[in-house]
Amino acid sequence: MAEERAAKAGHTDEKSSAYKTRLGVKMFLVYCAVYFGFVVINSVKPTLMGADIGGLNLAVVYGMGLIVLALIMAMIYTNLCSKEERKHGESDREGQA
Amino acid sequence: MNYEASYLAIGIFLVFVVFVIWLSFYLARRTRSAKGYYAAGGRIHWSVNGIAFAGDYLSAASFLGICGMIATVGYDGFLYSIGYLAGWIVALFVVAEAMKRRGKYTFTDALDSKFKSKGIQLMAAISTLIVSMFYLIPQMVGAGALVKPLLGIPRDWGVIIVGSTVIIIVATAGMVSTTYVQFLKGGLLIIFSTVLVIALFTRGMTSTPDPGGGKKFHQLKSIDATLARDGTLVLSNVSYSVPADWEKSAYWQNGFIVLWESATPCPLSSVWRVEKRSAESFLLTEALSVTELPEGTRFYNGAPKESHRFFQVGHLSEIRQDGKVVSETEPLGPMSFLSTIKNSKVVLWDKAIFKDGDIDVTIYYQKPTPGDRVMRPGLKFKVGGAPIETVNFISLMLALFFGTAALPHILIRYYTVKSPASARKSTIVAIAAIGFFYILTMFLGLGAMVNGVVDVTDSNMSAPLLARSFGSFLFSVITAIAFATVLGTVSGLIIASTGAVAHDLLDSFLGLKLTDRAQVVAGKVSAVLVGCVAIILGIVFKGMNVSFLVGWAFAVAASANLPSIIMLLFWKKTTKRGIAASIGVGIVSAVGLILLSPSMYVRYGKLASEAPFALDNPGIISIPLSFITLVVVSLLTQRSTGNQNSKVDTA
Repeated sequence: MAEERAAKAGHTDEKSSAYKTRLGVKMFLVYCAVYFGFVVINSVKPTLMGADIGGLNLAVVYGMGLIVLALIMAMIYTNLCSKEERKHGESDREGQA
Repeated sequence: MNYEASYLAIGIFLVFVVFVIWLSFYLARRTRSAKGYYAAGGRIHWSVNGIAFAGDYLSAASFLGICGMIATVGYDGFLYSIGYLAGWIVALFVVAEAMKRRGKYTFTDALDSKFKSKGIQLMAAISTLIVSMFYLIPQMVGAGALVKPLLGIPRDWGVIIVGSTVIIIVATAGMVSTTYVQFLKGGLLIIFSTVLVIALFTRGMTSTPDPGGGKKFHQLKSIDATLARDGTLVLSNVSYSVPADWEKSAYWQNGFIVLWESATPCPLSSVWRVEKRSAESFLLTEALSVTELPEGTRFYNGAPKESHRFFQVGHLSEIRQDGKVVSETEPLGPMSFLSTIKNSKVVLWDKAIFKDGDIDVTIYYQKPTPGDRVMRPGLKFKVGGAPIETVNFISLMLALFFGTAALPHILIRYYTVKSPASARKSTIVAIAAIGFFYILTMFLGLGAMVNGVVDVTDSNMSAPLLARSFGSFLFSVITAIAFATVLGTVSGLIIASTGAVAHDLLDSFLGLKLTDRAQVVAGKVSAVLVGCVAIILGIVFKGMNVSFLVGWAFAVAASANLPSIIMLLFWKKTTKRGIAASIGVGIVSAVGLILLSPSMYVRYGKLASEAPFALDNPGIISIPLSFITLVVVSLLTQRSTGNQNSKVDTA
């Protein structure tokens, strides 16, 4: 039963999934580093968060930056994934979601 | 504080409720199969699913809680926005496609896809129920707390109305109606929050803001007091006088003084904060007080609530623009809005609690704070202070980051779309919508902080009260949306719990092997039962501040669910016993450590310092512990499950 199910799951896996998984992990680690950079600055040297950056401070720029960066990285990720899916002829199926 | 009910708000909310109930019955025709009921037939378009994610995720805690926290402690409230949003990165990069590929209806399906293990089915279902209940209780209590001041309906009725509406939504068309309710709510919330922020920018800032709602801005007074040679206190303002024995009162011992609002003793009095300038000279600044008699009667600024002696607060005591002090500004843009607050001085409010005989006294007093202090962390989370505070902060940021991608009611949304790629695309729409909303929370919170609308006794009201300062229409719309917010989130939680009871426990774990039709019936019956439990819990916990339970939900999700998801995907030696043990240890350690934490000890009526565990946020201990358990148990049980682990996962 388990084998049957696993085989079935394998069948529905796209060819691009290994690529997407690797890319996801790499991009996750990059974002993780930026996020925990923010946490570390707040923990180790919180006064640095008051540093002036173009009329705002580091806390606002870094904090809002983390939100904007999430969106930018998400767009890059999905573009690369879609490209890989097209390469394997999977794009039509995905497009009709 | 007292608010007048708005008939327009009741009207808008009723229209919304009637519409979603009609929609649910209409959609019920499409949901005859189990797949239709639990996963909307996998036919939801990814863009709709993305906004529904926002509707699911942006709970009352996000909308009201974060805005309120920013309005009272500044940037520290925004840390929640950052953490809650960053969690979506984990969902997108690691969890989304893999969960979609493995699961059928629930998060348990995905965890169990490889092993078909009773242990995993049971533990994952329990975890789903625990996380969903922790999340559900504050939503239901919040519904009751909102309904009274905003719609003028008794508390319990608020809980019953919200609970019954949600039962109808979920029991008719399951995930299909839930999705469309969340889509509508998510869309409305983002659109009208944007309108409110634009209105805020257009207004600019003034040091005497109009709180609206028929209330005037309360100009705070200060009085010089001098200690005379005969031991009496002489005031610079003759409209006030000092009661006898002022020096012996509990107020004076705690840094405050009560003054009569007349040159002679009179029934009206007010409380003032005492700042010592020298041995004989003091500065008295106006404060707000709430006193509660032993039998429970409360007085606001020395009078019953109905006397309206209590006032809304929050303003800039000094506005500085381009290096100059001004009394008001022109309309502002997003950047100039933030930089103006950063360069100005904000009057925040602190709280002191003490006993005066057998009367409980709570005093809210002014705390003028430089804008640049408000705009960086540290007013709530004492980063840079004691090391334990720093560890607490890191632990919280860890739970927020890793909790989102492990919330069962979020994960089930991946089964409503057609393919893994659609799951990914809907996550991106969710990140865009939720990220945009969280940026708005910064402006809404700070806007409330400087526009004279903060109710010091209930910061959760900051966003609706800010809307009221722009007139009754915007107030009514925002109020109605606050209710819709509760409906959307509660529907998601109930369908997640329903899946755990009917699909995971009855069908999979107990092996009842229900037919497709029976699964739908079981789902609908579970929805009614879980909904009734939610109504009862909402009434039982009424009046208690239970918003901390959302934090518990995140801590348990991050500790119990995430390690299993990650290891199942990336570690080929993971075994079924490892997963079941890890979920169990995650739940027990997260809940156990919370029960032993300082903030819980305060709730038990004990001292925070007596708590055996020094942190309020258990994530930093419980998340690694759950990972270690999974690794150790998996390594110990290699032989028994070796055959099933031979296939290396590629996703």
